[in-house]
Formats: sequence, structure tokens, C-alpha cells
Amino acid sequence: MIKALIIAVLVVSVAGCSGNQSALDVHGQSAVALKQLIVIMVIACAIIWLLVSGFLVWAVARRREVRDDEVTKRKMTVGVQSAAIATVIIVAGLTMISFYTTRLLNSAADDAVVVTVKGQQWWWQFVYKQDQNQALFQTANELHIPVGRDVRLELESIDVIHSFWVPSLAGKLDLIPGRKNILTMRADRPGIYRGQCAEFCGLQHSHMALMVIAEEKADYERWRMSQAAPAREPTSDEALAGKDVFTARQCAACHTIRGTPAVGTSGPDLTHVGARQMIGAGLLETTRGSLAAWIADPQTLKPGNNMPLVPLTSDELRQVSAYLEGLK
Amino acid sequence: MMGKESSRPLLDTDLDDVVLEARLAKTWETPTGFWGIFATVDHKIIARRYLATAFVFLFLGGLLALAMRLQLSRPEARFIGPDRYNQIFTMHGTNMMFLFAVPVMEAVAIYLVPLMVGTRNIAFPRLNAYSYWVFLFGGILLWLSFALDTAPDVGWFAYVPLAGPQYSPGKRADLWAQMITFTEVAALAVAVEIVVTVFKQRAPGMSLDRIPVLVWAMLVMSFLVILAMPAIMFASSTLILDRLVGTQFYNPAKGGDALLWQHLFWFFGHPEVYIIFIPAVGMVSTILPTFVGRPLFGYLALVSALVATGILSFGLWVHHMFVVGLPRVGESFFTASSMAIALPAGVQIFCWLATLWAGRPVFKTPVLFVLGFIVTFVMGGLTGVMVASVPFDTQVHDTYFVVAHFHYVLVGGAVFPLLGAVYYWYPKICGRMMSERLGRWVFGLIFVGFHLTFFPMHILGLAGMPRRVYTYQPELPWAGLNLFVSLSSLILATGFLLFLIDALRSWRHGRPAGSNPWGASTLEWATTSPPPAYNFRRIPVVSSLTPLLDNDGELTVAAGLRTDRRELLITSVVEALPQSRESSPRNSIWPFLASIATSILFVWSIFSPWAVVWGAIPVALALIAWFWPKGSPEDES
Repeated sequence: MIKALIIAVLVVSVAGCSGNQSALDVHGQSAVALKQLIVIMVIACAIIWLLVSGFLVWAVARRREVRDDEVTKRKMTVGVQSAAIATVIIVAGLTMISFYTTRLLNSAADDAVVVTVKGQQWWWQFVYKQDQNQALFQTANELHIPVGRDVRLELESIDVIHSFWVPSLAGKLDLIPGRKNILTMRADRPGIYRGQCAEFCGLQHSHMALMVIAEEKADYERWRMSQAAPAREPTSDEALAGKDVFTARQCAACHTIRGTPAVGTSGPDLTHVGARQMIGAGLLETTRGSLAAWIADPQTLKPGNNMPLVPLTSDELRQVSAYLEGLK
Repeated sequence: MMGKESSRPLLDTDLDDVVLEARLAKTWETPTGFWGIFATVDHKIIARRYLATAFVFLFLGGLLALAMRLQLSRPEARFIGPDRYNQIFTMHGTNMMFLFAVPVMEAVAIYLVPLMVGTRNIAFPRLNAYSYWVFLFGGILLWLSFALDTAPDVGWFAYVPLAGPQYSPGKRADLWAQMITFTEVAALAVAVEIVVTVFKQRAPGMSLDRIPVLVWAMLVMSFLVILAMPAIMFASSTLILDRLVGTQFYNPAKGGDALLWQHLFWFFGHPEVYIIFIPAVGMVSTILPTFVGRPLFGYLALVSALVATGILSFGLWVHHMFVVGLPRVGESFFTASSMAIALPAGVQIFCWLATLWAGRPVFKTPVLFVLGFIVTFVMGGLTGVMVASVPFDTQVHDTYFVVAHFHYVLVGGAVFPLLGAVYYWYPKICGRMMSERLGRWVFGLIFVGFHLTFFPMHILGLAGMPRRVYTYQPELPWAGLNLFVSLSSLILATGFLLFLIDALRSWRHGRPAGSNPWGASTLEWATTSPPPAYNFRRIPVVSSLTPLLDNDGELTVAAGLRTDRRELLITSVVEALPQSRESSPRNSIWPFLASIATSILFVWSIFSPWAVVWGAIPVALALIAWFWPKGSPEDES
């Protein structure tokens, strides 16, 4: 009893502050349907468990003689048979509810926003498409979607298996090399919904988070316009120097900044990195300081990730971080 | 009495008990001395080694769990780095499944099945000795690699392409795959021995409907091993081939398929769960009647449920793959089949509840574990029903909810009965009782510690915490519960530590047990504790499910076996009618040497495919020596 109480308190305290990565804090059609299913099944199963445990306690606690007569045997037979039939009915019922829930899940409408999600060790690449299926622009670890509209995510993997999971909006689906999976989701209200990779994918599986930012239509369109534009030219001398460092050093071999000579493709596109809330796949908030820290020592902040340590002088480091921070 | 007529003095027919015991002891004993250790084929000695080794692995695996709980006790902790952490959780899963759970259940089978069916040794006793050594070397290989910081780090499921040549360079994944080979060879060997022992060596009169439930359970388990393990052996061998000689079974870029691995792995992996759970059902069904003062209710229903569970377990594997993007029809089918297994599981629970209801339980430690098992396992079963639903699973798959679920099923469903079984059969194995007073503490600490540790994980999973993460960010609301879980795991660990102390202390200082301390009804209690090398002075004859409760405890026996050589009575499969006398192999050093040759081949083949060619030569030589004909007939009808 005390245990149950402690747990109840803990549940409440978690539910109170679970923020935006929880199957119980739901803001999209699919996730709402799934939460309903979770609640129904948990309640049904809790009742069954209480019945079984209650019977167990009563069966061992009652005072009586050992019985092995025909009447007792018949009672037991009837009891076990009825319980077995009840099991069949309950399980069949839960199976039906499960099938019904599947039909409530989002399936993409024709006018859905289509985004290709490419999972890779250990970050997310989001490729937004134009009408002719050409890549319009790409971003990393931050997926902007319009509120109230279906979003069709085409899940692909560049390397190993990952799993796309934003529990507040929809259930998870794997990204499997050589295959393309389709996940549809929709956000009912604006907000930031956190997600992270749910399939073990190597060293930094723990640091492979993403943000889904659901915005009103106008905000979303504005964001798309700004993302489609090439990188803005730096204004300060420091940032201008940073741009030169970036393009002259190894940075440009892996990263693209559209509108500059940097066209590497193995790392995230940094054209608008300063506008993203987080860097390092949910690792640090984007500030000039965190950018500098990340560039100065990526292997301490996220051991094993694919970004090498590029030796820069402290001046160069300051210039590059100023430049990147300005890439709004 | 049986109609074996013979006047030869070598038979046991007319000897008095003292002379008979001396002669049997001389024929069956394990020689003392250095070579005796490696040459013995006594199923009890080998089973004890298996048990001790498996429990060592349990405690090592438990230490790994504590290390993980330390790292997860607070966000972004830096106690253990990601590389070591990934090795640790891979080791924990691999160790617990392959080096503890399956071998420990097999160990119980190796010890108890020959005794419960009333025979003198397990079938193929040299194979049995061989299987232990192979298992031991496989376990040492894995732990040695961990000690050298080169342990597998791709999860106990080793999904490709992460475990493939491109993303796991080095030898870590190969070590994992080859450790599988070691343990599977050992497991398959034991499974074959159990099947043959149960089919052909039962005491006369032990027809199918008089086989103890535990023996039925071990038989079903053995068939599951025989049918499921080839899938994982194929999978691990092809993985090694992909890594070593560049085959492309799992490489999508070259026409391979990444999901093929998952199908093969779970075609084995799901029955694996039942390989662990079904023996536990047998243990519970054996312990319960002894302490409630009445026979088990629903023998036929229980045995049918065991067989049904075994068959159904091969139709569920896809529920481990509900989020890989299945077609809708497939999802529906595997949801329904996964739900269906609730029925046989339910029937088992209801039969135990009925037995408890009609009886009058005496609350000894084994019973406490049985009661704890029912409460815990029902919960694990119900969360199993939840994750059997595809839509439900999309929210909890690969989260701590699933971690909670399968620990409820595996620890609650198999380890609790196993601990109960240790308290129950310890007196038979060691001749002394474990402490009843400590036993209550052990149960209390483990039961409370378990629930406090694992129940909150359900909530963590629903609150979005994925599995297999070495850390989590401070802004996520999981830190409090994780700390709570980590602290609770100390209670659980204390319980296991106390269990270890009790087991070690009772070995020397326990109260002497006598042959049947619990007043139990099955044949293993008909002989001394611990049993002599030949198990039974004379082979018992069985006329009911509860042979020790019939005829006022007077056991009917059969005579007519030779005493000057190792001889078993072979009986028919269905009725257990005597068919022939068959010689049982003597002690031999060759199984040990063969296991060393096999281990060299396996380890070498991690590094070179040519090991399979050159390494086969010593194996072949050892096997030739092992099977060298002795010039005496093997059986007499």
C-alpha cells in the first residue's frame, strides 16, 4: 500500500512537469488516440491484476481444511474454466480495441507537407521538398511543421537503423537502410515537441534528439521562406573573418553553407544554424559560447561523434562562432 | 517386481542392500584426483558445476546492472563513458540470457530430470560433460573480452548494420557472435540429452500421464531449444561471414537485407523467453503441491498449456518488430497471436490459484517465492498484453516501459521460481537445509527491491525515456525517478547478496536434510540427500503421479540390472514398459579435450576462416578417441 502511494505521488510529480517528450502529454491526433488506448488498457489490466491478486490473498489467507472431494474438484473445474473463458473474452476485446485504434491514427491527406527524414549517426537531416520533388532546402535536428496540417515524413537511414519518435505527436517508426517508411503526424496546437532516436544506433544514441516546432501557418511560411534563402552575409568584421576561417579550414569539407564555397555534405547543413534552438542534436542551446565550446572540443561534449577536432587559434574560434551564430 | 530372470551374480537381483550399494558405488563413482575432475560424467556433478557457474554469471550480470544504475542515477553523469556503457548493457543482456537464464534452467534439468524419472544417469553423459566445458569456455571468452575492454557493444540483439563490418570494425561483434555459437552448442547438446532421457529412461510404469510437470516442462523447453536455436546459429554464423569473408547477407547496398537479421534473431529470441519461462512453470507446479497438502489441480490442463505455449511461441516473433514498418495484415496477425498466448498462461495461473484455494499452504520460503512469482508474473503478463497491441507498442517500444515489462516476466516469472526452487531442492543437492529465517529476509528484500526498482520504469517509459541510453539531459523530467530506481536497486542487490550468503553458509552449516525433508511426492526425494553416484539403489517402479505418497511411502523397485558395469533401464516412450538394459558411458577425459579443441576452433575462426579447416583436425581426433569402440555390446534386451 505504501509502495502504491509512493508510486502514485511519483506519477503525479512526473505528469506535472513532463514537458514535451511524453506519451501521456499529447498534442496530435495519433498521439491522442494512442493515449486513449494506453489509458483503457492500463485500467483494464490493473483491474484484472487486482482481481487475481485479491483472489490469491483470499485463497491463501482463509482458514479451512484441505479439501480434495468431488464437490471441491467440480468447483475448481468450473472456476478455472470460467476464468479461461473470461480471459478469452477480455483478450479478444482488447485486440478489437487495438485494431480500432489503428484506424484512428493519422494517414496522410493529399495536401500533406512532405519532409524526408534521414537518420544518421547521430543527428537528423530534414529535407524539405519543392513541388517537383526537388530538394528545396535542408536543415538538421529541428523540424518545423504547420499546425493542423498532416505532415508526411519519409523515413530513410544513411547508415544504421534509427527510430523516429516524438511521443507527444505520434508513435515511433524505424528508419531502416534500404527501405523507406512513411510516418504521418499532425500537431493540434503550436508548441515545441521533443523527440529522440529510439533504436540503439551506437555510441551517441543517447544524444540524438530532435525538436518538432509546430507553428501557425503564417509563422511556418515565414520560416520556410527564410530557410530557402541562402545564408546571410555577415555584417561585423569578426563574423566576416569567421566566414573566411570556415571556408578555408576543414569545416567546409563536411558542412554546407549555401551561398558560400562550403559545400560539404557529411555533416549538417549550417546555412541557418544560428536560427536553430539547439546544436549537437539536442545537446546544447545555440549561443555563441556553446558554438565555440562545441567547435573547440566536440569529442568531450559528445564522445565518439563524427565531428573531428579542428585546431583553431582562439581568435579563429571566436570569429567562427560569431559567424555561425549570425547565420539566422 | 520385474520379470528379469538371470542367475548371474553380477546382477543386483539377490544382493542385500549394503553389498549392492558398495558394488554400485564402485561402478558409478567419480575417481578422485586431478583427472577425475575433468573426466566425470556424473549428471549431478556436472549439473552442480553448471548451476554454480550460471549463478556466478548472475552475480556478475547483477554488478553490471548496478553499474548502469549508477550511471543513470543522475542526468549527464560521467561515471561511465558511452563506449563502456554500451559494452555494459550488451554484456548484461547477453550474459543474463545466454550465460545465466538458459544454462541455469538446463542445469536444473540436468540435475533433476534423471532423478525425477528414476534413472541412474542422463542420456549421453559424455556429451553432457562436453556441453558444460563448452559453455564455460564461451562464458570465459565473453568476460575476458570485457576485462580487456573489447566486449561487444552492439546490444544483446546485435542488429545489423550496426553490428556489421562497416559500423562495428574490430572484433567486438565477432566475439558476441562466437559466444552465441559456444552457448548454443552447449544448449543443443543438453536439449538432446533431456529429450532422450525423458523419452527412453523413465522408470517402469511412468507412463506419459505420470510424468512430473517439471519433467514435462524440461521436455518442452528442450524441444524449443532444438527448434529455435538453429535460427540464431544461422544468424550469428552469417553475421560472422559478413564480417570475416565479405558475404553480404545483411547489406542492403549489395542486395542483402537488414530486416532479415531481425526475423532470424527473434524467431529464436521469442521462444528463448519461453525456454526460460517454461521450466519455471514446472518448478512452481512442483513446489506448490508439496506445501499445500493436496495434489496439483489440473495436471492435464497444465501440461497442455505448456505444450500450447511452446507451439505458440514460434508464432509471435514479429511482435519484437512492430515499429519496423509492417504491412497492416501482418500487424493484425501478430497482435492476435501475441494476445492468444495469454490463454495458456492464464490457465496455468488459474490452476495454481485453484490448488492454493483448495489446499492449506505452509509458508516456507519456496512458497513465498511462488506467491511473489504469481503477483509479479501476472503484472508482467498484462503489460505483455499491452505491448502485443501494435498501436500501444509504437509508444512504448524500445523505452523503459519494455525494460520494466520483460524484467517482470523474466525476473518475476523465472528468477523468483528459480530462487524458490533453490530453497526447495538445495537440501537434495547439498544434503543440508538453507536457513528459513534468512530465506524470509531474502524473499522480502528481493520482492520489495524488485518492485521498487522496476515498477517506476513503466512510468519512465511512458514519460518518453528510451532504452539503451547511457545518459539523458537534465531538462528532461526523468532524473527523480531514475535516482529512485537506482537507490531501490540497492535493496534488490542486498537481497541477492543475502541469498548468496545463505547458500554458502548452509553448504557447511545448514541443518542436515534427510532424504525427504518436505514430504514431497516425486522420485528425487526417494534417494539420499545428496544422492549417491548411482542415484537409486534399485530402479523405482511407478504407478501414479505421486509415487512417494503411495503404499505408505514404501517404494516398489525393479531389479535385474548389472552391478559390474554402468547399466540403465530403457523403457518405451508412451507406457514406460521395460525394453532393454543399456550400458551407460564411463568417465572419460575426451569430452574435456574435445571441448578444448572445439573452443580453439571457435575462437580462431573469429580471426581467420581457415580455422574451420585446420581447427577441425584436433576436434576430429578428440571425437575419434571419445567414441573409440570398447568391444562390449551396448545393450541387452
